[in-house]
Amino acid sequence: MNVQRGVELVVGLFVLAGIAALMVMALQWSNFGASRVSGYEVTARFDNVGGLTVQSPVKLAGLTIGRVDSIEIHPETFQAEVRMVIDDKYDNLPTDSFANIYTAGLLGAQYVEISPGGAIESLEDGDRITMTQSAIILESVVSKFLFDKAKE
Amino acid sequence: MKAVVDAIARLGRLFLDGVQHAGSMALFAVELAWVLIPTWTRPRDILQQVYAAGVLSLVIILVAGGFVGLVLGLQGYNILSNFNASESLGVMVALSLVRELGPVVAALLFAGRAGSAITAEIALMKTTEQLAALEMMAVDPLRRVIGPRFWGAMISVPLLAALFSLVGIVGGYLIGVVVLGVDQASYWGQIREQMEAWDDVGGGAIKSLAFGAVIALISVYEGYRAEPTASGMARATTQTVVLSSLAVLGLDFVMTAFMFGA
Amino acid sequence: MSERRDTAAMIELDGVRFARGEQVIFDNVDMRFPRGQVTAVLGPSGTGKTTLLRLIGGQVRPAHGRVLVDGIEVSRVRRKALYALRRRMGVLFQNGALFTDLTVGENVAFPLRAHSRLDEALIERIVLFKLEAVGLRSAREKYPAELSGGMARRAALARAMALDPEIMLYDEPFAGQDPVSMGVLLRLIRRLNDALGLTSIVVTHDVSEALSIADQVIVIAGGRVIGRGTPEEVRAQREHEPALAQFLDGAAEGPLNAAEDEAPLAADLGLGGDR
Repeated sequence: MNVQRGVELVVGLFVLAGIAALMVMALQWSNFGASRVSGYEVTARFDNVGGLTVQSPVKLAGLTIGRVDSIEIHPETFQAEVRMVIDDKYDNLPTDSFANIYTAGLLGAQYVEISPGGAIESLEDGDRITMTQSAIILESVVSKFLFDKAKE
Repeated sequence: MKAVVDAIARLGRLFLDGVQHAGSMALFAVELAWVLIPTWTRPRDILQQVYAAGVLSLVIILVAGGFVGLVLGLQGYNILSNFNASESLGVMVALSLVRELGPVVAALLFAGRAGSAITAEIALMKTTEQLAALEMMAVDPLRRVIGPRFWGAMISVPLLAALFSLVGIVGGYLIGVVVLGVDQASYWGQIREQMEAWDDVGGGAIKSLAFGAVIALISVYEGYRAEPTASGMARATTQTVVLSSLAVLGLDFVMTAFMFGA
Repeated sequence: MSERRDTAAMIELDGVRFARGEQVIFDNVDMRFPRGQVTAVLGPSGTGKTTLLRLIGGQVRPAHGRVLVDGIEVSRVRRKALYALRRRMGVLFQNGALFTDLTVGENVAFPLRAHSRLDEALIERIVLFKLEAVGLRSAREKYPAELSGGMARRAALARAMALDPEIMLYDEPFAGQDPVSMGVLLRLIRRLNDALGLTSIVVTHDVSEALSIADQVIVIAGGRVIGRGTPEEVRAQREHEPALAQFLDGAAEGPLNAAEDEAPLAADLGLGGDR
């Protein structure tokens, strides 16, 4: 009976450890916690979003302040309309802020970087950031570089 | 000319044998499916098998996971630092492990360590007429012997895969951050930013669940249908490892194509 | 081929045909095993003696014909009824087939635990009683690997008897036994049968042992019955049946060897009739 009890205990620990490992990875080490920030929505239109995806971070001065919520084609301008959710803590972003799509490192994931402007009014829920700069497409940079190199 | 015809005939034979094997395994799976729920009326049998298959595989899984993490960290660092992107080491290690290496390598190791043992045990029980004895005692061996072993394997594989990935990520951390000096905050930060709870961790878990089911099925099938001789048993255990490995890798490709897109 | 029904028969095979692939193991065989008696089924190795037990236990089904156990047709019956029927049978397998990861005591308790709701104390007592009956009470805590071949077989016998069966099937109980344990087993089979009013079938190729304890003897070879009756009757039939004579004498040359090579030739040599 004692042996059986030991087996039960070890199996219990094993199952717990396995589930805990899954939970740690899914809830602690992933963007799970961050993906449901409550906040206000702003949109921005880009000519090209590159590798930006839903859930990509929105950063201010390198810190994540929000997430990309959806990316859709705007039916009239044919631009990509990116809807972002920004944490309520950062409710004083000037209306003339600038939205850039940057890449973390040379090959890293892409994210939206907000560069604050100087206006007095702040962005509100549903506002649109008008000044944007599209993603840098690596291929065009490389081909430009090679083209320049070839000219030398 | 004759040699060519013979070779083609042999190929055809091989193919037909394979189809037959797959067919009888599918029939067996249906038969087994009927007893899988009733098997839970004796949870202690299943627990015993989780111990035999899962707990006893822990050491090899943890050690292997650690080493794979160390290697990933080392190789990843060498490559990423060429692009000045060594901050992405964490996410590279984590995604490789969680999406692919964790489920696949854990499954392969499991097939070799525990799947073959399950096959050998069942085949031995068959050879020594223990299964027939159960039948004649009016106890269904599918329910009493096969079912618990199936569950034991099926439950163990996803847990082992999760632990494998976790240990691997820590291994990558050790080599990357502690030894090679990657920034600690960006190691974890990049993981946290880019690893998706559902798509990556959940996807990996679903994969390993499927691998567990496949290995469990192959292991018990090969044991149950083994020829009751010494060489038959040897063939069955080899078959389990070979078929499980191929099935895991093939299934991995299919599932990856579906889940992570083509 | 007599069609008469004998109500005294516990187990009956009626025109049974069984083949494994191309190989015909039983070809239109009739057998009757009388209630309360020990019937020995004799035959050279590979004549399907074990298959006979599997037919009776419902583990395999005949291609033609019927297998009746206490009036129930084993090959037709549904799974639940089959399991109910098996509970009334005890089988001693060739090598005991003890569960290697359980002790002897747990092996004997296994069918009790599987099929009864008796409390542990009572199961313990039944186990002790059964082990006592086969003289193995002291081996209760041992594992099968620690037992000698003869002890393992007796332990398996205790397990087979655990549910107080009405029918006992013995698959080659004497194979590989030393003379002493053989004697013990012979006496056990006889005593258990008489004391508990069982119907026993002993499948074996040990002629003298079988003839010494059996009430009835059936000799099979080449898929057919070549001799049947009491031991004396079977001995008397040898003159009419060269194959029977060869088998009983253990002669190296004879129609049985031919039967292995080529079935039609064996038939030509007079193996066709079964009496």
